[in-house]
Amino acid sequence: MQEAMIKRAKELLADGSVKRVIGWKRGEFAYDITPAVFESAEELDKDFVFDDFTSANVSKYLVKESKKEGKVLVFLKPCDTYSLNQLTKEHRVDRDNIYVIGIPGGPKLDIEKIKAKGITGILSVKNDNYTLKIDTLYGEETMPFSEAILDKCASCKSKKHVTYDELIGEDGDVLDSDRFDMVEKLENMTAQERYDFWREQLSKCIRCNACRNVCPACTCEKCVFDNPNSGVENKAASDSFEENMFHIIRAFHVAGRCTDCGECSRVCPQNIPLHLLNRKFIKDINSLYGEYQAGADTTSRAPLTDYTADDCEASIVHERGAE
Amino acid sequence: MNNDTLIPHVGVVTDIRIDTPDVKTFRVVSPEGGKVFEHMPGQCAMLSIPGVGEAMFSITSSPTNKEFMEFSIKKCGCLTEWLHAMEVGQQITIRGPYGNAFPVDTELKGKDLLFIAGGIGLAPLRSVINYVRDKRGEYGDVQIVYGSRSKDDLVDYKEIIDEWMADPGVEVDLTIDNPQEGWDGHVGFVPNYVKELKPSTNKTVLVCGPPIMIKFTLAGLKELGFTETQVYTTMELRMKCGVGKCGRCNIGNKYVCKDGPVFRFDQLDALPDEY
Amino acid sequence: MLKISLSRLEELFAAIAEKQTLYIPSDRADGAAEFTKWEPGKALTQKLNTLRSAKDFFFPQTENIVDFKMEGKNIQVIDQRSEHEDFVIFGVRPCDARSFTILDKVFLSEPVDSFYKNRRDHGTVVTMACSRPAETCFCGTFGIDATEPEGDAACWSDGEDLFIKANNDKGQAFIDSISSLLEEGDTAKLDQVKAKTKEILSRLPLANLSTAAFGGDTLNEHFNSEKWAELSESCLGCGTCTFVCPTCQCYDIKDFNTGNGIKRFRCWDSCMYSDFTKMAHGNPRTSQLERFRQRFMHKLVYFPANNNGEFGCVGCGRCLSKCPISMNIVKVMKALEVK
Repeated sequence: MQEAMIKRAKELLADGSVKRVIGWKRGEFAYDITPAVFESAEELDKDFVFDDFTSANVSKYLVKESKKEGKVLVFLKPCDTYSLNQLTKEHRVDRDNIYVIGIPGGPKLDIEKIKAKGITGILSVKNDNYTLKIDTLYGEETMPFSEAILDKCASCKSKKHVTYDELIGEDGDVLDSDRFDMVEKLENMTAQERYDFWREQLSKCIRCNACRNVCPACTCEKCVFDNPNSGVENKAASDSFEENMFHIIRAFHVAGRCTDCGECSRVCPQNIPLHLLNRKFIKDINSLYGEYQAGADTTSRAPLTDYTADDCEASIVHERGAE
Repeated sequence: MNNDTLIPHVGVVTDIRIDTPDVKTFRVVSPEGGKVFEHMPGQCAMLSIPGVGEAMFSITSSPTNKEFMEFSIKKCGCLTEWLHAMEVGQQITIRGPYGNAFPVDTELKGKDLLFIAGGIGLAPLRSVINYVRDKRGEYGDVQIVYGSRSKDDLVDYKEIIDEWMADPGVEVDLTIDNPQEGWDGHVGFVPNYVKELKPSTNKTVLVCGPPIMIKFTLAGLKELGFTETQVYTTMELRMKCGVGKCGRCNIGNKYVCKDGPVFRFDQLDALPDEY
Repeated sequence: MLKISLSRLEELFAAIAEKQTLYIPSDRADGAAEFTKWEPGKALTQKLNTLRSAKDFFFPQTENIVDFKMEGKNIQVIDQRSEHEDFVIFGVRPCDARSFTILDKVFLSEPVDSFYKNRRDHGTVVTMACSRPAETCFCGTFGIDATEPEGDAACWSDGEDLFIKANNDKGQAFIDSISSLLEEGDTAKLDQVKAKTKEILSRLPLANLSTAAFGGDTLNEHFNSEKWAELSESCLGCGTCTFVCPTCQCYDIKDFNTGNGIKRFRCWDSCMYSDFTKMAHGNPRTSQLERFRQRFMHKLVYFPANNNGEFGCVGCGRCLSKCPISMNIVKVMKALEVK
């Protein structure tokens, strides 16, 4: 797949169809992949990589790159195409200046899950028919591929590319995923259990803003949390509850716009399952306003920004809270 | 436990002078009377209204003034708006002094001095000017070139007219950007006026003002034959601690709060262009 | 060397905790290791290192530095400082131990930061030599020997016993306080373990990473490098690297109105953030390139320029593991060292 992608990227660069290519660049180890912009065949040959660790959703870089002169080629996995659609819908990218090649999705691997098995000194990771053969400083280790899958891939919602200009490989379908299982589990907890769950998770937050900065739905020119005049710009926690509010407010702000790409949880250095907050909103929107998938298209009206006579009343909050 | 520089002193604002439409000069003393601390010309202090903010300001008064310190402050942000709304008797917090100073007791000693200031840039130089005036015998000629947008924007105008201009050893050349009714002085930008005045190149220069003015003034001085080792300026970057630890006011490896704010241009030249 | 059987660690921890608060790296529910207060039953982690560094003990993420009472036009400054309680941090890795030396250069240089010094004076750092370094480790680049840790007292494990040695008076006092549990032991097996570790250290993927191209005298060369644009192009501008870094120490000062007075806090800040150098009248670093460059120039050039050649990195590898886009000091060094 990687070779086919490099070949096609070189062709499009050579015939002048595109000026730049957004993809992934190999790192020092088997897994430390960096999103990157490639401008020449040499750069592509040298560093372009597409493998089990190229999980980063590169669609947000299009906010910046699509505004530059000349067309940009981007390789998008199915999940990433939802983000691009949503950015297009919100007029955050210039879709006409983007050439999308749809590529197959995951499941991608999570190096943290490999390390969690006590495997360290990792020199290479090979996928041998869904058994991972890991060469380490301390000898070879093996583990099943299925146990190292990224969380966001484990509950994949769709193998379908919702926007593309061409495909390498075949398109898939929207999946009947189990992604709301954990949300349901949280809903079935008592209020106190749920509160304790989130307090434990959110108290780990170090306010690094990685979740916000990676989020394709967080593209405000100036975030309210960075604005000294907003009264909520706080790097220092004045009380132990503050970081909780940051995440809850952020979840509200991306509600109805979050495509559930899972990047927030993937990048969190403290392993906070932030995507569960967003999924709760998605699940509620589905049940209160009818099924809605942000980023599935670029034209439909989003339930939270559209009024219909059938909309639920605000009292729903009270009614549900009483349950 | 020892005193910590981050824990401020209380100061009382005993006088507020309106200098220009957006500059006020605040006189600050300790609650027990007298100065909160001693300083040298060019040094700064952290002023704060707790709950509003804390920021670094140059100390405008001369250390030769034994009764109080003064700060000329332009209204341009959250804290300064609050300071401008204060009334006499208000307490603030103050800590310092921070940074180096103009080398009044070493390199400037005995020299002919040329002060060039634009707008609120006069504030840090006023401390040196009055220090030199008070120790007149220790320095050579003093020339002050000062300009602002308009006559109303000249900071310390009354002191300039009543005291500096009346001082026999001091030449003051004022200019404003555009012609104005009631102004029969020079009109034009500071850098051009300096070139017109053709000051003698044996002078040591102290310049402060908006970055663009400093840039063109330095270029003009070079044209006149001045070298970078003759010209001093004072810098301003965002600061939180004042003692080179919070890590944000650096230009290269130099911290403006600690290694500056006063730099000679040849020293600045050796640093990255990031200010 | 003095030793205690690893099977008696719980006993050792109990003896320490009886006299002062003890912190050890242990596994939390999500599997990551972090320093936590020891209590009976809490086991030492088997992981190489904690997710966050140990700098919090001396330079916490948020701390209250002073309070103010506002009454009419009057302000009362309330100094909230008090002597910190004595505490022991057990199991600090050699990289993190070195980070304290680096932080000392900032906070204990004049004017001394009393908040930091207070904690430093009352904390005893007991280090633990490494025996299973990870591929992300490169402490050797900064002259750290992972088999001979610094700190007040140092420990080694040979798989059966824990060996302990004092590096200074504070460490000796610590060992004296637990001496009834210790016995003289033969280090033959430990010497083998150390030799094996040294052999692994020499084979680490980053074993040859060098600081030769960096230092205080390389300022203009590196500052003006064209490579910053490419290196920083996908940087998200988050603070992950800064906050997991054991040597990043830039801070912000913030006030909060509690409704009953003002609390002034000091907190970690990141030069990667857009508002780091923002002033009322402008900002000298408006692009992520400039902010990204600042972080690495600080560690590789500015810090050594101001501290006799000492670099602001200890090679712990946390930023290598945690950066959301896997851009880090190693990649920066490797790119910049090529002329």
